[in-house]
Amino acid sequence: MNRPELAVVPGVDLQQVRPYGDTLGDGVVQVSFSLPLPACPEAEEAARQLALRMGLEEPQVYHRADLGYGFSFYILYGRCRHAVDVTRTLVPRVQALEASFEEINERLLRVAGRPLRVVGACTGSDAHTVGIDAILNMKGFAGEYGLERYPALRVRNLGAQVTNERLLHEVQATDADVVLVSQVVTQKDVHLSNLAEWVDLVEAAGLRDRLLMACGGPRIRHETALELGFDAGFGPGTTPRQVAAWILSEWERRHPPA
Amino acid sequence: MRNLLDLDPTVIEECRRLAAEIAREVTGFARARTTTSIERATLRWMGVEGADPEGVPLVNRVVEEARQAGALGLGIAIPFAGAMVRSGLSPQEAAQAIADGRLSLDRPPESLVPKCRSLARDLAEAGARRVQETVRQREQLIRDLGEGPHPLLYVIVASGNIYEDTLQAKVCVQAGAQVIAVIRSTAQSLLDYIPEGATTEGYGGTYATQMNFRIMRQALDEASRTHGRYVRLCNYASGLCMPEMSALGALERLDVMLNDALYGILFRDINMQRTLTDQAFSRRISAAAGIIINTGEDNYLTTADAFEAGHTVLASEFINEQIGLRCGLRPEQLGLGHAMQMNPWQEDMLLWEIAQAQLVREVFPRSPIKYMPPTRYMTGDIFRGHVQDALFNLVSVWTGQGIHLLGMMTEAMHTPHVHDRVLALESARMIQQAARHLEEEVRFQPDGRIQRRAREVLDRAEALLRQVRDRGLFQALAEGVFADIPRSPEGGRGLDGVALREPDYENPVEEVLDRMTDQEGDR
Repeated sequence: MNRPELAVVPGVDLQQVRPYGDTLGDGVVQVSFSLPLPACPEAEEAARQLALRMGLEEPQVYHRADLGYGFSFYILYGRCRHAVDVTRTLVPRVQALEASFEEINERLLRVAGRPLRVVGACTGSDAHTVGIDAILNMKGFAGEYGLERYPALRVRNLGAQVTNERLLHEVQATDADVVLVSQVVTQKDVHLSNLAEWVDLVEAAGLRDRLLMACGGPRIRHETALELGFDAGFGPGTTPRQVAAWILSEWERRHPPA
Repeated sequence: MRNLLDLDPTVIEECRRLAAEIAREVTGFARARTTTSIERATLRWMGVEGADPEGVPLVNRVVEEARQAGALGLGIAIPFAGAMVRSGLSPQEAAQAIADGRLSLDRPPESLVPKCRSLARDLAEAGARRVQETVRQREQLIRDLGEGPHPLLYVIVASGNIYEDTLQAKVCVQAGAQVIAVIRSTAQSLLDYIPEGATTEGYGGTYATQMNFRIMRQALDEASRTHGRYVRLCNYASGLCMPEMSALGALERLDVMLNDALYGILFRDINMQRTLTDQAFSRRISAAAGIIINTGEDNYLTTADAFEAGHTVLASEFINEQIGLRCGLRPEQLGLGHAMQMNPWQEDMLLWEIAQAQLVREVFPRSPIKYMPPTRYMTGDIFRGHVQDALFNLVSVWTGQGIHLLGMMTEAMHTPHVHDRVLALESARMIQQAARHLEEEVRFQPDGRIQRRAREVLDRAEALLRQVRDRGLFQALAEGVFADIPRSPEGGRGLDGVALREPDYENPVEEVLDRMTDQEGDR
């Protein structure tokens, strides 16, 4: 695959990409970590050997500090011996535009003509609201407002341990436009069967076509979400604004101007 | 009082007067009600611990029995003492027997009431003696060991495993921490019971339980002796179990507890009637136990803009102060909260933050103001985050804040790793030492940017307090005055746990608390 847009630095070899310090190909990286060992020459040597095993050549310990109670801290530099072929790397991404809080609200209200109704829940036995709250709550996440704060969205957060049946009931009762399903803690991939069951339920109810559906959580990837029948999947570090921007993009895609 | 900002004392006085009017409505409202959590706190104070085989705390089993019988408004103490008198059992055994269905919780016949009342009072007094002993121990330890320079450096541990937490806490103490806060497991504030026992699994934090309190207290006492400095323990008296958490904090010698109904209303959607009622009782317990409370105004700035909404923080602090004083807290126990949350790229941001921080210090000179680090504009860029935290550290020592919550470069990423905390402590200590006497050496330009900003915030706070006073706090909350979040008096979680007090409501623990803090009964 040819990716000319990635070859910006003169001389860069897209098939052999290494970290860059001050010379192309030098592979320089910095790592810092603690060891459950008191600071001593043996612990420092252990830190160095760990760096070697991480694939760092000529690792140097530049800083060693005893943290007390048997812990010590290290800062190391080394040269990464590995390289990546970026021409073979393709990351599926959620198709959403870059837009500010104000832009998203303004455009959504304009294209939809009303605030969209959003229902969010952490489904199944999962009791962790942390993901759905980070996206929905006023307080938001990573310095960004949650969706409750968006004038263009009317949000209902059902919290955790919501059955798929109850979620469906709420979606119907509120005539929701958008459904956000969170899955945080999971065992033996129960989150996947749970998400698949939700999609089946929605399709059986004949609602799939008019609902925008996304799932999110630490183990969710966009690709997996698409396979399961969602419109988007959001992984760790997703901010509310990214979800809002996706809602806008997806809405615009489905409702092109006449 | 230092007056570097040239504030008008009559404006500050007027703010206090307005806040006092607001507070009177709130504490009057609370005094006319009780809640399931207040009654459970009462039982805990009277010596009931433990849970049934399903893990439901005995205090929940007993109080739920009363609530379902429609008897919550009478208070739990007298019926519970009645059950003890009838059965001859200890408080613990009686609670167990009630939970097992072997003993009923009927209201005792009139002839037995004096005996029950006297027994209930004895139990309340026994609780008071336990709490007074913790107060004595704390004073003794601070006398013997000292507590180190101010502001007190406050660090969070949150591994989910209480034993891991104690280890991390000790590393923090070695690095200079003076307050250790154990963050609770996500959404514990929404649990209407307190889990039991030592816990080793939590999400985003560690469950607050009586046993976990005890384990951490013991670890910190050891570390205090090793490092020659009394280390305070902090946890949360917030959420649906607010008064019970205060009771456990009082019994297990916690020193600092986050305690703010407004936070729960706004950010956890807890019903305002429930949590304002809970809060009044909870603050009485803290007052009696010498616990410093921390209020949560800092959080307003995580949703509202810090420059635009600075006055809402100050107004809320005035209200929290007046409510606190009416619950018997001394100014020295009021860790009113604020935060450095402005956009770091805003021009003169440091000046505005200095103005706000200095303003809070000057308005509440006797209170150990809790200063929260940047979170809103923290990103995954840990290097930039460390610089933002350094600015925060400078403002904190410069303006003489009381309790300094350490910013972590890994904020918004994960619960801190062991070295994240040590690096944060090192930076804070370096800057504290480097700027130790800056405040004494620097004066602000008369009528300059900082003074004008501080006066503007104070004036706007006064206007807001007048607006809240005219509407009442409940209506103001419904209109979204704070943090731009509207909440209704009937909405949110926990309203079903509130009852109006019947004319013959009795609570001997409350009577003891009032005595311990020199409060009159009808405040």
